[in-house]
Amino acid sequence: MSEAKPLITTRNLSVHYPLRGSLFGPKPVVQAVENVSIDILKGSFFGLVGESGSGKTTLGRALLRAAPITKGKVVYDDGEVRYDLPEIEGRELKDYRSRAQLIFQDPYAALSPRMTVRDIIAEPLEVMGLTKNRAETDERVREIAAKCRLNLEHLRRFPHAFSGGQRQRISIARALVSSPRFVVADESVAALDVSIQADVLNLLKAIQQEMGLTFLFISHDLSVVAHICDYVAVMYLGRLVETAPTRTLFSTPRHPYTRALLSAIPSLDPDDRGKAQKLEGEIPSPTNPPPGCKFQSRCPFAVDICRKQEPELEHAGDGHEVSCHRWKELMETEPMMAG
Amino acid sequence: MTRLLEVENLTLQFDTDEGRITAVDDVSFSLDAGKVLGLVGESGSGKSVTAKSLMKLNAGNAIYGPKSKITLHLDDGPVDVMSLETSAEMQVVRGGAISMIFQEPMASFAPAITIGDQMVEQLLIHTDMSAKQARELSIEMLNRVGISDASKRFRQYAFELSGGMRQRAMIAMALSTRPKLLIADEPTTALDVTIQAQVIDLMKDLVDDFGMGIIFITHDLGVIAQTADHVAVMYLGRLVEQGPVREVIRTPAHPYTQGLLAALPHLDDLDAPLVPVPGDIPSPLERPSGCVFNTRCSKVIEGRCQREVPQFTKVNEGHKTACHLYTQEEVPA
Repeated sequence: MSEAKPLITTRNLSVHYPLRGSLFGPKPVVQAVENVSIDILKGSFFGLVGESGSGKTTLGRALLRAAPITKGKVVYDDGEVRYDLPEIEGRELKDYRSRAQLIFQDPYAALSPRMTVRDIIAEPLEVMGLTKNRAETDERVREIAAKCRLNLEHLRRFPHAFSGGQRQRISIARALVSSPRFVVADESVAALDVSIQADVLNLLKAIQQEMGLTFLFISHDLSVVAHICDYVAVMYLGRLVETAPTRTLFSTPRHPYTRALLSAIPSLDPDDRGKAQKLEGEIPSPTNPPPGCKFQSRCPFAVDICRKQEPELEHAGDGHEVSCHRWKELMETEPMMAG
Repeated sequence: MTRLLEVENLTLQFDTDEGRITAVDDVSFSLDAGKVLGLVGESGSGKSVTAKSLMKLNAGNAIYGPKSKITLHLDDGPVDVMSLETSAEMQVVRGGAISMIFQEPMASFAPAITIGDQMVEQLLIHTDMSAKQARELSIEMLNRVGISDASKRFRQYAFELSGGMRQRAMIAMALSTRPKLLIADEPTTALDVTIQAQVIDLMKDLVDDFGMGIIFITHDLGVIAQTADHVAVMYLGRLVEQGPVREVIRTPAHPYTQGLLAALPHLDDLDAPLVPVPGDIPSPLERPSGCVFNTRCSKVIEGRCQREVPQFTKVNEGHKTACHLYTQEEVPA
């Protein structure tokens, strides 16, 4: 994986939304995503985790050009084409839309109840004009449906006839029918029962390997991310707080927030009761973020500097970056932080 | 240890346009005061309707089986829930001895009435408190569940609170009538893990303080492992396994429970493959004959599992399962 090139590179990517302010003075903004720099390697499963309000969905949407990129550089390079995402318009943007796709969370809301499964899957091809005639469209639909374990009989039916797991397979088929290179899966298994979740995760992994796809996998469920992703980035209040290869992140988390998130996962061992390190309070509102490090208001290790100065991402090992003033110190003084 | 609740042979059917469907089939379990029972299963397994039966809260087309019996042991003696008919009679259990909290607190609070007014209203109905006492108790309860600035929150509406805060307010409201039994239906599913951990802690504290019994409904076995004393696993309206939480999670007996655990990602072994239970849960209109799980079971005994409904067999002390594998001479490993 180390020689793989990035498919998506972001440098200081920010997404700001204007707020309604007073008549005078500067217009206030919400920094939904602020200064995010990540490399998503070709053919990898890149996980994005954080609580609600951390900006993970907004970042995913910005990479699809579905949220406004306020500043920063975002480059998409799949070997065939290279796009500066904030710049592209018209024909290029349309082409990018066929190369980058989204799988939604709720398979009940994402499928039109009035269209047959065949029409739902065929729609992106028709809208983007990717096929020449109906026969070719049908061929592509059948091909992708088979990969997603849907048969010809299924294609004639309407979504209401399907279970949650089958519906999510239909959503996946629709996202993949245009042969995208980059897929954003936003909480795509969150609404599913564990058994169906396992089935859909296995399917995503198999398809990713078969089609050589690159996934941005957004989830609040760290055990799912641990299982499927190669790299993980942790976000808090719009900022990247830590990023590392999955195993490194789960074995040696360096940021107190990552540590707290991991600790909060309910363990399957009943004897672990009460061992979890509890995080107090809730994520602050992005309209009123605390000064300095954004996590300081909930961090048990916050000191003066954390309240004054925002930390920068620092190198913490192979592919491992962390944004915390005290990570080195905590590694020595807090045995649990040493991993 | 005092017995709080006994459910015997609970059977519940619904008349629908497509025919009569069986939602709960001959379910029996019990709960002691001060204990937490985890009720686990996939969507459609009948966990929520089972819990709602305890207050007879199911829709008008619900038909309870003639042998169904639900007994709630209160200080004034046992209450036979099935015999309650009028809404006045039902008040003993609904909001009185039993409170319920739901997955989505936003949908459970009235949007145009303040949190405080809703808390006071139920106290005035179920207790003989004055409005002033009810107000004081409500603010005290909001404080107790860790809501800062409780007297301000008391005057606010549900939409002004964050998700975690709303669920805390919901718990405060459910507990202010001092119920004997709390039914928590996926109370942490919509919350972030960090907030989920806070709410689980809170509920554990409250069980200790108030000594009530809790039925905790969830599909998350991790949450069960961290909260429940006993577990009951449901599939397609039937209980398939029940026992102490350690036993059921460490040495699950029923192939369905084993399947649920194998489908979960394990953090201590990232290389372990996720093994889904094959197939989908059948429609309640097409309930399989014999063992309801036979269509998806990897250990199915051809002929027998399709014909005979398995009865509960003891696996270990307090741990039992309804599976033909255990009714044979030899108990497989």
